[in-house]
Amino acid sequence: MSQVNITINGQTVAAEAGMTVLQAAQAAGIRIPTLCYHPDLPAQGACRVCLVEIEGERVLQPSCTFKVREGMCVHTRSPRVRKARRTVVELLLSDHPSDCTACARNGTCELQSLAEELGIREVRVKAEPPGHEVDDSSFSVIRDPDKCVLCRRCIETCTVIQSVSGLRIKGRGYDSVVGAAFDLPLGSALCVNCGQCINRCPTGALTEKSHIGAVWAALEDPDTFTVVQTAPAVRVALGEALGMDPGKIVTGKMVAALRALGFDRVFDTDFTADLTIMEEGYELIHRVTTGGVLPQLTSCSPGWIKFIEHFYPDLLPNVSSCKSPQQMFGALAKTYFAQEAGVDPAKMRVVSIMPCTAKKFEAARPEMNDSGYQDVDYVLTTRELAQMIREIGIDFETLEESGFDDPLGQSTGAAVIFGATGGVMEAALRTAYEVITNEKLEDIDIHAVRGMQGVKEATVQVGNLELKAAVAHGLANARQLLDRVARGEGGYHFIEIMACPGGCLGGGGQPIPTSMEIRKSRAAAIYQADRDLPIRRSHENPSIQAIYEKFLGKPLSEKSHHLLHTKYTPRTRRANQVATRE
Amino acid sequence: MAVQTLCCETSNQIDAIIERRGADPDSLIEILHAVQEEIGYLPCEVQEYVADRLGIAPGAVEGVVSFYSFFTTVPRGRHTVKVCQGTACYVRGGKRLLEAVSKHCGCGVGETSADMRFSLDVVRCVGACGLSPVMTVGDDVYERVKPTRVAEILAKYE
Ligand code: SF4
Ligand code: SF4
Ligand code: SF4
Ligand code: FES
Ligand code: FES
Repeated sequence: MSQVNITINGQTVAAEAGMTVLQAAQAAGIRIPTLCYHPDLPAQGACRVCLVEIEGERVLQPSCTFKVREGMCVHTRSPRVRKARRTVVELLLSDHPSDCTACARNGTCELQSLAEELGIREVRVKAEPPGHEVDDSSFSVIRDPDKCVLCRRCIETCTVIQSVSGLRIKGRGYDSVVGAAFDLPLGSALCVNCGQCINRCPTGALTEKSHIGAVWAALEDPDTFTVVQTAPAVRVALGEALGMDPGKIVTGKMVAALRALGFDRVFDTDFTADLTIMEEGYELIHRVTTGGVLPQLTSCSPGWIKFIEHFYPDLLPNVSSCKSPQQMFGALAKTYFAQEAGVDPAKMRVVSIMPCTAKKFEAARPEMNDSGYQDVDYVLTTRELAQMIREIGIDFETLEESGFDDPLGQSTGAAVIFGATGGVMEAALRTAYEVITNEKLEDIDIHAVRGMQGVKEATVQVGNLELKAAVAHGLANARQLLDRVARGEGGYHFIEIMACPGGCLGGGGQPIPTSMEIRKSRAAAIYQADRDLPIRRSHENPSIQAIYEKFLGKPLSEKSHHLLHTKYTPRTRRANQVATRE
Repeated sequence: MAVQTLCCETSNQIDAIIERRGADPDSLIEILHAVQEEIGYLPCEVQEYVADRLGIAPGAVEGVVSFYSFFTTVPRGRHTVKVCQGTACYVRGGKRLLEAVSKHCGCGVGETSADMRFSLDVVRCVGACGLSPVMTVGDDVYERVKPTRVAEILAKYE
């Protein structure tokens, strides 16, 4: 990379050729306010908040798209820049609803903090908000287009990161609106519910469908027995939404907070993650030894499942029939646990704490009621849980740690790594190796499947089988891999796919902001949590051994099939239609 | 809104156009232009079909169609009536004129009358401010139009 020397506000700054002015300024520690720019996405140059003055240029230029040149003199603090930036922000505010106090993003909104940062006290032009209706048709994502600043981050996210391309901007100028094609309500449009757009929306224009009210109602009803499960990725991110630095493991505090909220039992989705490894591992062994359909594709990410249902319905036979850990948990809570504890499942409400908005859709899928009831009743995102903790004034940082309850609370290191891309693969390999070979796997850290590379591959010698594995996270990466599989290439046996970048730790329900750096800290915490656990292989979990002994029989038993496995729905690429089967 | 499937005649017409110009997303505007020439308008099922054929997202096609006022998603009438809503016309009765035309045609702005005779649009100033309010029918310009003259003017167009 060749070096370029520029000056910013009179200070000499060394930049790399090809960098934008914004990147050069950030590298030198000079702040330029932005709005449409997001570090995960290609720069849009749409909002003009990042304007700077460049000597020799007639007009102010957006620093997020303008490239550095040798000898360039940039001013970020000149009177012209300051005034133009204020005007731009005032114009953004001019037709924006002024109800911050009742907005889901109050406190995390970038428009709000921009207005605060610039000390905007008066908006010189005032226009009515366009008056679009709120679209709450989706199980996962709520759109409030009046709060949209047309930054296009959601469109880029849905297109570049997820390759769903479900969102578009329609019309021009004041009439522009962002939403699904042909004005379809999001609930009936092509959308996989991943919530990545929510995570990158700077304002309250995209938010999750909240279950907070329903969960309070269940908790405050003395006749309802409330059971909660927590996904692996929540424990390494919840702290962020409660004022802590990224990368803190807060498992014990999270459990204590859930008890303080009033849940009757605090269990762990990690337990059913271990169970998933047993069922999915045996399914893989079965497919490999009986000439079944290969490669086997993982099934724990509901955004990914809806993606393959829409875009690659022909590959559905490759998808593992295992339910996700969330749904396995729900089915067992209302059968096995209800039985053990003598609780009437009709009076039980199962709540999940998830890093994911697609889990809300998954819980509502009509087939997810094998316990005889809706298996999982409510799903809260990490953000929603943090909100509830704050509502009742729990001081999270000083909270004394607590442990999960039995019998659905014990788990292993193999389960906690489900939260990171490559984790399911690594956990499955730890177990499959030992089950097939009857030998101890010496080095259980399988580094080839870790890390943030979009598509990863590994070959592992398991007995006399050379097992070929691949891992993809983010649906655009998944698409690349699937196109190869569809062409019959790769020769893979097992493929792990997670809809979200970085895996669940980068899920659409995680604290905002999320960036590459933050995803890496959460991943580091997950692998630390794995190392800290006394048991690191799913098949060694005593509670898993117990549930097979007492209730399920063995992996892939009839009972397992009934409660823990599922079927998929081929859909078309046109909107949300379900493909008609001949 | 349910997304309909195309009848095969229309899809054949579109196929022929794409055949001639190549299934290249860079030619989207030209393709849409030709399709509109042939079919008359671009309803969402046509947009979706074009998107499929070019291997791009339906929203990308809709973005283009909704951006250029030349494209229309509803069938056009035989004559296009445009009522000026520029500042001069607006303050000198343009708004009432628009109401009268809309009432006469039985359709709103951007829509087409049920008998397919007229499509109604608005324009922002046609440069005849001194003679406001102004309306145009096809290439004909009518100046200082009182709402009471609307029926008489439109009667000339079949
Ligand atoms: S989106 Fe931001 S600025 Fe708009 S109401 Fe919500 S918090 Fe306030
Ligand atoms: S939830 Fe995911 S698929 Fe749906 S619009 Fe947002 S980014 Fe696209
Ligand atoms: S919905 Fe949010 S992310 Fe999408 S364009 Fe509007 S403000 Fe930006
Ligand atoms: S941040 Fe540069 S134009 Fe929006
Ligand atoms: S305002 Fe109507 S012609 Fe100018």
